[in-house]
Amino acid sequence: MSGTPQKSNRSLASLNALLSGMELPESGPWAQAARADALTRLNVVGLPARRDEYWLFSRPDTLIQPEPVTAPLFKDADDAAVFSDIDQLQLVFNDGVFDADASDDLALAGVEISRLADVSAGDNHWATGLYGVLETNGQSPVSRPLAILNTAFAPDGILIRVTGKAGRPIGLKYNQVSENSDAMLHHVVQVEAGATLTLLENGGGAARLNTVLEVDVADGAAFNHVRAQGRNHERRAATHIFARLGAESVFKSFTLTANGALTRNECVVDVLGDNAIAHIAGAAVGDGDFHHDDTVFITHDSLNCESRQVFKKVLRNGATGVFQGKILVKPGAQKTDGYQKSQALLLDGDSQFLAKPELEIYADDVACSHGSTSGAIDDGALFYLQSRGVPLGLAQDLMVLAFMADALQEIEDEDIAEDIRSHLEAWLVRRRD
Amino acid sequence: MLNIKGLKVKLEDEDKVILKGLDLDVPAGAVHAIMGPNGSGKSTLSYVLSGRAGYEVTGGSATLDGIDLLDMAPEDRAAAGLFLAFQYPVEIPGVGNMTFLRTAVNSQRKARGEEEMSATEFLKTIRAKAKTLKINADMLKRPVNVGFSGGEKKRNEILQMAMLEPKMCILDETDSGLDVDAMKLVSEGVNALRDEGRSFLVITHYQRLLDHIKPDVVHILANGRIVKTGGPELALEVENNGYADILAEVS
Repeated sequence: MSGTPQKSNRSLASLNALLSGMELPESGPWAQAARADALTRLNVVGLPARRDEYWLFSRPDTLIQPEPVTAPLFKDADDAAVFSDIDQLQLVFNDGVFDADASDDLALAGVEISRLADVSAGDNHWATGLYGVLETNGQSPVSRPLAILNTAFAPDGILIRVTGKAGRPIGLKYNQVSENSDAMLHHVVQVEAGATLTLLENGGGAARLNTVLEVDVADGAAFNHVRAQGRNHERRAATHIFARLGAESVFKSFTLTANGALTRNECVVDVLGDNAIAHIAGAAVGDGDFHHDDTVFITHDSLNCESRQVFKKVLRNGATGVFQGKILVKPGAQKTDGYQKSQALLLDGDSQFLAKPELEIYADDVACSHGSTSGAIDDGALFYLQSRGVPLGLAQDLMVLAFMADALQEIEDEDIAEDIRSHLEAWLVRRRD
Repeated sequence: MLNIKGLKVKLEDEDKVILKGLDLDVPAGAVHAIMGPNGSGKSTLSYVLSGRAGYEVTGGSATLDGIDLLDMAPEDRAAAGLFLAFQYPVEIPGVGNMTFLRTAVNSQRKARGEEEMSATEFLKTIRAKAKTLKINADMLKRPVNVGFSGGEKKRNEILQMAMLEPKMCILDETDSGLDVDAMKLVSEGVNALRDEGRSFLVITHYQRLLDHIKPDVVHILANGRIVKTGGPELALEVENNGYADILAEVS
């Protein structure tokens, strides 16, 4: 599965088809070696194929075919955008192209911000030690070819070095402006020792979006990430987060996915320092043509660390949810406390949830477990609510929000959590029977 | 107030007839008790009146102040003034007790075309009512009934009743699972709600509850019908002699 040297002709053909006409983009010379290396690696591992065990539940076809599937623009969004009430430094991308006029200045107390596409950056860029590096580390034991493709070809992205407490959150806004857009962005974040940053991402970004986020959270640093993936029903996305955690550091990532024909969110976290905390959570709501895949790999390689995976999916009208979550506890990673929870609420008989929780443990003094469930709304509770006068639709929404509550609790900032909650509620209200 | 005529009910999924022509008339302001052996149809009656799924009405009628209950959705029956205190109150993880009650109160008000209760007014009202039922602030904050003891759950039912101010209250074995002190507390809560415009139907196995909530009329339900109706002394007779004598007498 990973880095198979003998690739089939078909796999080679699909890689050649995708790469024909593509050229490594221009960026600072510091990134060119990583890009060239990525292209070499991609030619070794090839593209994901249906027979790959890691792609058993999600078809990669539309993510790797040369042209993206057309996704008509999403129009009827009359409500306020996610995070619009959150004070932030906002950076805007249209179909993956940076929009300087719509963006704030790249100046923020405690933070250095630059762009991957900035060709004037010299050889000694701080991001050299991270760009493509965390991604490469994340290729073993399972290869993630779409991330390699991104390292090689992403024309732009934001490079953030945090040296203190960031004055306010940095928000990345992804707009889709054409229905055939194919966008790739690669962000690098270095949160230096003791520093803190909240990063927001919002929007579908393109008909097909491929993002990579590499995050190094140094000793005693904290990184909070909250993402909403847009409301376009037709869009497709493959995203990767690669995080490396130092001692006493905190990493928290939450993703809201409402709609989208195909979403594959991979999150690869290496917990390297002692007493670190990693929480990865998501709430996904899908109605109809919706395929949502959370693939998570957490490696514990240090003492006394905690990891949480909390994923909730609400599915109806044939929507599909996938969870592949793994906790790997390396020899010597004693006192690891790892838990993964993946739960689906199936609102009808047509929807499905496919879960593959995995624990692989080589230390003897750890507490690791998982809980994966799928079920319907409790009829008894619904009747109880109705018998108190709560109309059926509202009663169902209350139950659905209650079901997702513990994923939302993973969001550090209460205002941001409330913002996400209100958008989930609005999504439900729009679908009341 | 509550008027039931010839009510016949079977289980939806199986051919089991439970109520076989039940007649009952509870006037405004009255407290009626229903006693009966296990399996006589007591809980079914409370569920059918409140609109729980799984039952099929095959005959008869049930009206509240002349309005046909059986055609209405459960939430509409509640808005019309019907309240069922559950024998087994349901736990709802993730939904806060306060949110639940405020949603319920305001849903009913909205359905009746009344103005919704403001957050401040709601808080003031619920705090006062909770206090008399010895429900502390923590119980109000916790998810509905989650982690509540048996007694706390029943007190929470009475708190809901007090907040919703229904016209017709059905208490389904509210005494089950209660110790003596809790039963007294719950009964006091019920008695405080007694009013000439409000009626009660108290379903119970034991006469003991009726020492605290004194009924005007006692009915014996057996095999899907009311087989005997009398005053409070009927409950004492059941307590002393069991159902055998009464059932033999009416068969």
